[in-house]
Amino acid sequence: MLQEQELKTFVEGTTNYFEVAAQQPASIGSPYLTDSPPSVHDYTGVISISGKREGVVYFTAPKAMLTVLLMKMQENDFSHETMRDLVGEVANTISGNARRDFGRDFVISVPSVLSGERPDVPQKPGSRSFVIPINWRSHSAKLIVSLT
Amino acid sequence: MSDNGKKSFKLMIVDDSNIMRRRIERSNQFEELELVGTAGNGIEAIEMFKKMDPDVVTMDLTMPQMDGIECISKLVALKPAIRILVISALADKATAVEAMEKGANGFLNKPFTDRQLNEAIADLMR
Repeated sequence: MLQEQELKTFVEGTTNYFEVAAQQPASIGSPYLTDSPPSVHDYTGVISISGKREGVVYFTAPKAMLTVLLMKMQENDFSHETMRDLVGEVANTISGNARRDFGRDFVISVPSVLSGERPDVPQKPGSRSFVIPINWRSHSAKLIVSLT
Repeated sequence: MSDNGKKSFKLMIVDDSNIMRRRIERSNQFEELELVGTAGNGIEAIEMFKKMDPDVVTMDLTMPQMDGIECISKLVALKPAIRILVISALADKATAVEAMEKGANGFLNKPFTDRQLNEAIADLMR
């Protein structure tokens, strides 16, 4: 189960990502805990965590938000593949940055990406997830952290 | 040497994200740094390295098939004078130290600004 300070690591990582990569800060809503698999948006980048912690971290966002994010990054390819690439990179960056606090035994996988209707998001039975709401410009996304 | 008499460098970008590879290419402000190849993992990087003989490499760490740490060791064995800038999301000190011990010359955390990238590359070319 995630402790408050650990949750702060992911909140700060998310804030930093948007400030630096998108040059425009995101506002972070109040994180909340859920027992059921949270709903996801059009694209979801999933990082599996192993080592001293186990679980998943995923970033999920609607296509419209990713399109604007790509524009802010001076990208001019808005294809399905690029959207998949972007959500994977966001999830990878926030998870990798968390090693600043968690240390190198917080082992992150390469990203896998889910898209399409009702994708099957991996979650251990009985595990609980923290949902960190992200509001950026007029769009909403989520970072979901499920760690044991 | 380039046309203006400055020493020129050949650049290879290694990252499993197409977005990141294009981002690094676009951000490069150095005329003397010519992109000669890109690769999406360590195995591709070694093949590209043997063909193009770059002087400067930007290297991601978390990649499929062969990660950046292993790739750094192999590139340094092929060309000890190679200059490698690690560009990675992995923000713990131990990983940075390991990369430098394997032969990397610099370490830049993702996410980064254009200015941070160019300063890191400038340090590498000095």
